[in-house]
Amino acid sequence: MTDKLTRKPFILRNPSILVVLAVLSVFTLAVTLLSQAYGSGVIPTSTVKVLGKTLCLALAAVAMDLVWGYLGILSLGQMAFFALGGYLIGQWLMYARTEAIVAASLAGNPIPPTPAELQEGVANQIFGVVGSADLPLVWAFAHSLPIQLALVLAVPGLLALAFGWLAFRSRVNGVYLSILTQAMTLALALWLFQNDNGFRGNNGLSGLQNIPGLDEVDQATLSVWFLWASALALGLAYVLAAWVVSGKFGSVVRAIRDDETRVRFLGYPVEGFKLVVFTLAAIITAIAGALYYPQAGIINPAELMPIASIYLAVWVAIGGRGRLYGAIVGAVVVSLLSSWFTGGRAPSIHLPGYTVNWVDWWQVALGLSFVLVTLFAPKGIAGIVDRLGGILSPRRHGRDLGPDQGALQEQEARA
Amino acid sequence: MKRFSATLVLTAATLAAHGAWAQDGEPIKIGVLHSLSGTMAISETTLKDTVLMMVEQQNAKGGLLGRPLEAVVVDPASDWPLFAEKARELLTVSDVDAIFGCWTSVSRKSVLPVIEELNGLLFYPVQYEGEESSRNVIYTGAAPNQQAIPAVDYMADELGVEKWALLGTDYVYPRTTNNILDAYLKGKGVAAEDIFVNYTPFGHSDWSKIVADVVALGADGKKVGVVSTINGDANVGFYKELAAAGVSADDIPVMAFSVGEEELAGLDTANLVGHLAAWNYFQTAESDANTAFIKEWKDFIGDENRVTNDPMEATVIGFKAWVAAVEKAGTTDVDPVLDAIVGVEVPNLTGGTATVLPNHHITKPVLIGEIREDGQFDIVSQTDPVPGDAWTDHLPESAKLEADWPGKDCGMFNTETNACVQVQSNY
Amino acid sequence: MIRPLIVLVLSLLFALPAAANPALRAVIDANLDQIEKPSRRTVEPLVADLAATGPEGLALLSAWADRSLGVTEDGRLLIVRGDAATDAVTGQPVPGADPRMLRPNSGVRGVIESALVANEISSPDPARRAAALARIARDGTADHLAALRAAPPEKDPALAAQRDRATSLLAIRFDPDPASRVAAIESMAGDVGLDFRAVLNPLLATTRIAAADEPADANVARELSIGGDFPREAAVALLTGQGVLQPRLTPADQRNALAASIVDGTAGGVPVADLSDPAARDRAYEALEATGTVPPAATDAEADAAIEANRFFEIYAEPDRAVTDAARAAERGAQVRLAAMAGIDLGLDALSMASIYFLAAIGLAVTFGVMRVINMAHGEFIMMGAYTGYTVQTLIADRTLSLVVALPLAFAVTFGAGVVLYRLVIRHLARRPLETLLATFGVSIALQQLAKNIFGTQARPLTAPAWLEGAITVNDVISISSIRVAIFVLALLFLGLFLFIMKRTRLGLEVRAVTQDPGMAASMGINPDRIAMMTFGLGSGIAGIAGVAIGLFAQVTSELGQHYIVQSFMTVVVGGVGTIWGTLAGAGLIGGLSKVIEALNPANALAAQTFMILFIIIFIQFRPRGIIPQRGRAAEA
Repeated sequence: MTDKLTRKPFILRNPSILVVLAVLSVFTLAVTLLSQAYGSGVIPTSTVKVLGKTLCLALAAVAMDLVWGYLGILSLGQMAFFALGGYLIGQWLMYARTEAIVAASLAGNPIPPTPAELQEGVANQIFGVVGSADLPLVWAFAHSLPIQLALVLAVPGLLALAFGWLAFRSRVNGVYLSILTQAMTLALALWLFQNDNGFRGNNGLSGLQNIPGLDEVDQATLSVWFLWASALALGLAYVLAAWVVSGKFGSVVRAIRDDETRVRFLGYPVEGFKLVVFTLAAIITAIAGALYYPQAGIINPAELMPIASIYLAVWVAIGGRGRLYGAIVGAVVVSLLSSWFTGGRAPSIHLPGYTVNWVDWWQVALGLSFVLVTLFAPKGIAGIVDRLGGILSPRRHGRDLGPDQGALQEQEARA
Repeated sequence: MKRFSATLVLTAATLAAHGAWAQDGEPIKIGVLHSLSGTMAISETTLKDTVLMMVEQQNAKGGLLGRPLEAVVVDPASDWPLFAEKARELLTVSDVDAIFGCWTSVSRKSVLPVIEELNGLLFYPVQYEGEESSRNVIYTGAAPNQQAIPAVDYMADELGVEKWALLGTDYVYPRTTNNILDAYLKGKGVAAEDIFVNYTPFGHSDWSKIVADVVALGADGKKVGVVSTINGDANVGFYKELAAAGVSADDIPVMAFSVGEEELAGLDTANLVGHLAAWNYFQTAESDANTAFIKEWKDFIGDENRVTNDPMEATVIGFKAWVAAVEKAGTTDVDPVLDAIVGVEVPNLTGGTATVLPNHHITKPVLIGEIREDGQFDIVSQTDPVPGDAWTDHLPESAKLEADWPGKDCGMFNTETNACVQVQSNY
Repeated sequence: MIRPLIVLVLSLLFALPAAANPALRAVIDANLDQIEKPSRRTVEPLVADLAATGPEGLALLSAWADRSLGVTEDGRLLIVRGDAATDAVTGQPVPGADPRMLRPNSGVRGVIESALVANEISSPDPARRAAALARIARDGTADHLAALRAAPPEKDPALAAQRDRATSLLAIRFDPDPASRVAAIESMAGDVGLDFRAVLNPLLATTRIAAADEPADANVARELSIGGDFPREAAVALLTGQGVLQPRLTPADQRNALAASIVDGTAGGVPVADLSDPAARDRAYEALEATGTVPPAATDAEADAAIEANRFFEIYAEPDRAVTDAARAAERGAQVRLAAMAGIDLGLDALSMASIYFLAAIGLAVTFGVMRVINMAHGEFIMMGAYTGYTVQTLIADRTLSLVVALPLAFAVTFGAGVVLYRLVIRHLARRPLETLLATFGVSIALQQLAKNIFGTQARPLTAPAWLEGAITVNDVISISSIRVAIFVLALLFLGLFLFIMKRTRLGLEVRAVTQDPGMAASMGINPDRIAMMTFGLGSGIAGIAGVAIGLFAQVTSELGQHYIVQSFMTVVVGGVGTIWGTLAGAGLIGGLSKVIEALNPANALAAQTFMILFIIIFIQFRPRGIIPQRGRAAEA
């Protein structure tokens, strides 16, 4: 589609891809060599897990950036897709592990169990704690890894498609759309909280770190494997996202962000573009979730309460919207800082007459820093990179609308 | 105040490490895994302080096995996945020999696989829904048969309740408890239509409809009683609405399983007088041990108005049981301590003894208290110590299960098929 | 130490004059155990014995019931009023006594009070008569009926009405003469009182039986035919329960039977390895049945035959036909009214919910309507208002006064906070609504944590003054707590105030101008920045007042705002931006809807919330601009 003669190859137009891939490879290699399973053991398994999870969060942030930084939709419901991915993979993890246990236990019986008895045993194990013994309908495919993996992609994708179609079709945009996405994740969270619905309510799905069939592999090794998988997913998603936002497709997407009405007048099917990007981001987020929760070990509805999605937006904003690497930087820096500050490790600041304990004050600092970033550094950390780049080779062409002015409604760009 | 106590934590921990009360050798480390921030902080911080107090007292007595104790405090911040992460950190990075922690069921379920994988030892101090027995956990809080069943018996016998409203917050503890109670009441001949069950979200505030529904239950002339497993803040609105509707404890008594001295501190108790709570400990329990404990606690925390509560007693029992087991085993290694701890008897604060049972639960007396104007409880009933039952006898699926670690090395033993269903827990 | 010694000496001194009431002494001595540890189920004869011993016995009982009875170490009972203790038997004062106080549980206290009622009902003190009537209403007995009928006429008209009602209710239950029971029922027909229904329903309670013929001696309510509310399974279960039918074979029984008859690796001729197939198990079981090793299982044909051979009846527990007929007629009369009243009550609940949402959302609607700015910290302003109320209450003990102070103070505090937020943040982000949304999110996170740091995470009490504490009760079905009525009035007040400001003041005129066309308004000499600031302050101030109101009926926590913020957004979005009537309509829709869903699914309040949000998402599809869309130039914005 693009005019190849006048354009440089895709990778060269996006030097950040190479940088990100290189950094990612070096990081993964370093962690592997320092891990307990494959190296010197300097980095304990719990830290490997934290790093692996952080990569998954970065992956979700890349998707968020796609939707917000490039498409201009501030989706406050991204974590719904993230958690859905986790729940869907969690179903298989839980079912398969429990099935093995139940089969082993029933094997001691004088007569072999019928399939119905086996399933009843599994259901009783999984749902006994919340007081039910029937396998809910939503667990119909939980026994099959391929189907559940397909569902990891299909369910969030279809949800995003349906939601997006309804919302974009009726031209809901701007803050309305943000509130609506927030309502979506809240509705889903409240639904999952209900014990009747077969997702074990507030307890959620647990014990996800034990992978069925890999009982012999210890957690130290598994954690490294998941780190590799997360790094691979992040690298692939980065390339995919960079490809999507470059070229003609990307231009249209950014144009929609800057002035939706004009793009529509030019004859582009705006809704179609929006749907494609929104759905793609949902699927990427779901994959991130499916990789995250086996490392976290437990998923429950608190994970998709609206505040979680807001944090995702915060990371992207601090990292820098409209820059894919900005999303990664933001997610990594802020989430690691968060866990450091709330972990009780950060030294308290002793002021005369008062001690600032970071466990109590980190949230305040985060909230305020967020206000400050929005006010004074709308491009976030990536803005600094831009500025450095500007010193090396000053930009001589005209300014683009940029993300700080980009996510505008049409009349605002006019004013 | 809170910050003050938080600094106290750190100083206490360092004190414990450096305070050289003529103890030699490497300090013995124990982990404290309670949320110090987030929604559960208010409840769990108290337990963290309790553990620190016990550590301080133990060190003052000369430590354990001639070595000082050191508490490693971490903050899982009311974030359930973080509980698993911090537990792994405690066991692998800090190398603790025992962990005292968790409050909510979901945090326990989050920690369980890690503890079992790394062969740790967790003391869990809160009343819970049962249906679990892990090799690596000692449950010092009440199982349903140590709280819910005796409380319901009391309501039926002493208050003449014939019609039951089981109100709860929608999570696993109320769900399981209500399931057990439902089966138990039906077993006692209560008709299905005489049991009304309702679940509300955490922090629910709009109670008018539900209270009206409960009052309307009285329409068929039977005495109505409420069994409340409503959690935390939501109780405030519930009791306010109950009082506004003019429902007194004489009309419709409310038996709460999650309302203790700490929770009542946030309420105007004038309208609650006469409503009930079932626990294994009340601050008003009359025993020398309790009087001494309350005094030590107030001194330690430096606040005359702080109350004591049931999970604190469970923490104390757990700590003392661990100390006794370590002394008996002569080591802090988990396996010998687990062997030694079954059968250990430690005094509880209500004047009896708590015995650690083969199913890793303990014996506890059941106390019923009526709420007084001052936010304390009048104890109106106290049973002999009841052994905790990991698998309830009132649900068909779990009636045939039992847990027996020393005898059968199994936490989920099917007595019908005589086989161990699984050695690890069902999380 | 010394005190028990003194007590001992004193008690010896005083006890010597001996029992003033030897009968009471005897009862006490014989039953001291039971007095110390009474149980509701066994205490009744003891209470009767004590009551029979005369006035001292009654005094002892009433002291026992209000927990002023203590027992000394030598087993004497003392009545302790204030600091003074008197011996329960002799009536002598016992100075310096240190008895252990008895704490009978409320069940036992009920039994005691019930025994005292007969005397209390003719007490000269109206308060005690009222208490006695209340006790009878709660837990009446046949003895009470006699006492009520024997008591002297009641002069107080209110108490007389209560007494008549209590007498009628007891007559329905306990009068030996069916005719007067029927008369009592008919005299109260149509009443929807809970107590009346509580008397009627036990009369109408039925049990189901299966019998070959209609039982002659029973009061049959109706004959059941299979289908509808009496499905075939119910009939089978009934027949099984009566032992007419053998229970059906459950899979577990089948498995156990098969397991018990395994011979040489086969059961019923089927290899054990194949028994994982249910069909194979059936075959094996049938084979075993044929050989007679296992008992034959009940079949469908047997069940059909048993159903054919039996008739099914509903039998009243109450044997008297005339009484049940009258009760049924009275119940039918009440049913329709009851349904209507339940509807009205639901409506009141919905109205109350709507007024709360309206109060919470009105400030949001103002700022969103005028500035197109979503203030995510709006919920935290509500919380600030609630905490202001709590703080004022800790400083001013008088609750009415503290409320009077708290309301304007909450407005002032949040007005100030709103203005500060506007000046520092929102003004700089004008025309960037998504950024505003995020920045105010940051403020919201910070404020929430700040509240936690200052007030702690535990819920704080904000107690309503006594005059707001009760409920306005029309009858036993329709009732609403006063505090909710007050909130409703407050919402109306703010609706009026808001309309007044918008339509009748200079500020309102300027606000409307800025809303419609900021550029034009500015050129007419209006300072849009100042107007925006004032509107923002006003909206925030109303949120503060809403916070006090919400805190009065719910709990004050740092997450208070979070519980209402999403609903507030929904209210604004559903109602339509920019008009107060839209907000009103939105609040009405959401409040009503959530109550209706809750009524349809009373067991799960969480489901109600989920469905409501889903409904709103779908609703937005059809009316993206809300129920009352804004018209004119501003609508394009």
